[in-house]
Amino acid sequence: MYISTSRAARPPSSEAPAAPAAPVVPAAPVTSGRRRAWAGVDSNVLALGSVSLVTDISSEMITAVLPMYVIFTLGLSPLQFGALNGMYFGVTALVRVAGGHAADRWQRRKLVAGSGYALSALCKLGLLAAGSSVPALGAVIAADRTGKGLRTGPRDALISLSSTPETLGRSFGAHRALDTTGAFLGPLAAFALLLATPGRYDTVFVASFCIAAFACVILALFVRDRRQPLEQHERATVRDVLGLLLRPGFRRVGIGVLLLGAVTLSDSFVYLLIQQRLDISAEYFPLLPLGTTGVYLLMAMPLGQLADRLGRLRVFVAGYGALLLAYLALFGPVGGPVLVITTLVLHGLFYAATDGVLMAAIGPMVPEHLRAAGMSLIQTGQSLATLASSVLFGAAWSAWGLHTALAVALTVLAVAIAAALMTLPLREESTA
Amino acid sequence: MSGRNRLLILLVTALVAATTVTGYVLRSRADSAAGGASGIVRLDMSGQILFRDTSPGASFGRIASVPRDRPDAARTTGTVLCDRLYAAHGTGICMQRKGPVPSTHVTVLDRDLHQVRQVKTEGFPNRARVSASGAMLSWTTFVQGDSYLRDDFSTRTSILDTRTGHLVNSIEQISLTLDGKPYHAADLNYWGVTFASDDNTFYATARTSGRTYLIQGDLRKWTAHTLRTNVECPSLSPDNTRIVFKKRVNASANRPWRLYVLDLATMKETPLAEEHSVDDQAAWLDDHTVMYGLPRHGGGWDVWSAPADGSGAPRLLIHDANSPAAVTPQR
Repeated sequence: MYISTSRAARPPSSEAPAAPAAPVVPAAPVTSGRRRAWAGVDSNVLALGSVSLVTDISSEMITAVLPMYVIFTLGLSPLQFGALNGMYFGVTALVRVAGGHAADRWQRRKLVAGSGYALSALCKLGLLAAGSSVPALGAVIAADRTGKGLRTGPRDALISLSSTPETLGRSFGAHRALDTTGAFLGPLAAFALLLATPGRYDTVFVASFCIAAFACVILALFVRDRRQPLEQHERATVRDVLGLLLRPGFRRVGIGVLLLGAVTLSDSFVYLLIQQRLDISAEYFPLLPLGTTGVYLLMAMPLGQLADRLGRLRVFVAGYGALLLAYLALFGPVGGPVLVITTLVLHGLFYAATDGVLMAAIGPMVPEHLRAAGMSLIQTGQSLATLASSVLFGAAWSAWGLHTALAVALTVLAVAIAAALMTLPLREESTA
Repeated sequence: MSGRNRLLILLVTALVAATTVTGYVLRSRADSAAGGASGIVRLDMSGQILFRDTSPGASFGRIASVPRDRPDAARTTGTVLCDRLYAAHGTGICMQRKGPVPSTHVTVLDRDLHQVRQVKTEGFPNRARVSASGAMLSWTTFVQGDSYLRDDFSTRTSILDTRTGHLVNSIEQISLTLDGKPYHAADLNYWGVTFASDDNTFYATARTSGRTYLIQGDLRKWTAHTLRTNVECPSLSPDNTRIVFKKRVNASANRPWRLYVLDLATMKETPLAEEHSVDDQAAWLDDHTVMYGLPRHGGGWDVWSAPADGSGAPRLLIHDANSPAAVTPQR
């Protein structure tokens, strides 16, 4: 039932363009075969990883300083800031799917991903221009999200198309490790700048723009597009994309992802509970997320390789198991540093086992000419599910109080993991 | 394009980017070094209003003062940088979020703005108060909530007794009586403490199950009880008879609050003439007037004042300012 990664599975020679005159065929790059640059990862994946690393430095710089800037320099109340952040969510979800589809339809994955990176880069200057106008600020934040939505699907499609079917997990692992390294460095860069120029958020915005622009240059120079010679009838239509939902394997993964996404608690609860259990000094509180990120970036690649061997969906579900264990440990008898380390390691493993691994799992289920749209579709479903989870959990918290809500949420998570084990096509995947 | 050319372009771009950032940082530093401070601010000079200077440029975020009787006169801007400040009787409190891994630094200042003590805490600076005698200090930070879609966030409120040096990191362990019954809940949050002149009684906001309460607390007994609902950021008048507070009047995030004054003897509340939504713990200019920071449409803040009896109209007190505190004559 699985579409084998037809083209990639052919011997390299068959990848050569069928006819030199075919309009969608690029001159050289695709035919040059897969270049193994480092640890069996294609050089194109490493190039995309570098772009993500640099871009994440830039975007996490902004994320780290935005609340302070908006509240203490512009004078918005925290309440307004919250509303600002939630705005335009629906729009960006739509753009995400549209971007993926456009990338497939015109076989222009690099171009669409690149526009996304460029748009987000310009938004850093937009922050300077918006000043304290709330609508303008909301528009800039929305445009930035749009850029992120545009690029994610085509980028992940490029990663999967630049990888052999057997090493998809490793490729995504390598990409996510690089990406997370950027996320790790971004806040540090921003705070270093603010130490040098106290209160001058414009320095952070300008630096963030320069870094983002640099990432665009890396993309333009070093990322090769993956374009396949397509017959006219193969050109992706909206109907083809929607048709993905009729494929039993894809649909089952979609349902599993929605199910797990809708019962996943947001990260802050892990940190909140650690803090409640241990009463660690408040000034060290911001260091906890760095622990998760550190484990994630170290384990992304090993777990990706493990997923290649054991089955990607199995590792994906196991990741949610790790999250459940992390929460259970927080309610368990062991305390002290052991608890902090155990929890953060499990939490980091959750990310390493789910984020890139899911995309690696989806790759082979979607035909190449629908790859970007298919991935965007799953990512959009996942973010909608996360949105639903925070609304549901918020309601539960208000109704029953934090601890009851958490107990209910964990029970539901356990049930959802069991349900996902039944829904997801685990066996089919390993025999595909 | 050859590999060598690509590397060359990459290198040039990196150099241009690095030069731009370095140049910009150096220029910003030069700007900031060029000025900002215009004089010496003291906390014990009565007849002045202290505030946080928010005029754009090098003086942004610095402590400043104007004469109380002529608030539109030229301001004196000091060197200390704060996100939120308050002062009374020669004791000041300055909250600033900073550091390589940012945390909120709460600095206790003496009359010459020298640091007496510093406490580091998580979250973002939110409220700061000093009792009229300068003995008791309290501050609140807020920690961003779990989700951008929920309009609540958790807060952490600390109380420091400067006479004994005793610091309560979080007042959430205080025994609370809610509507007459002992109350415990994991989602209890406190913010916006204001002290009475006995340095033992205090008022604050408590929130649980989506509702806010005005609480009255006793520091020595370490107890508190609720007085009424829908009261945030109380601020006690100098004569200790009334409280100005922000009341949630609208569910939307755009104009959620309005300032009210509550008479503690009759429990009668009166809306103030200010019709804009005010997100501030207001301060008292004197027994008849309150003042508060108000974001300007299009950016920045001003401090406004309004009569405490609900009459009259709001008046622009200090341009480009927030976090006001009136310095009263010392006893």
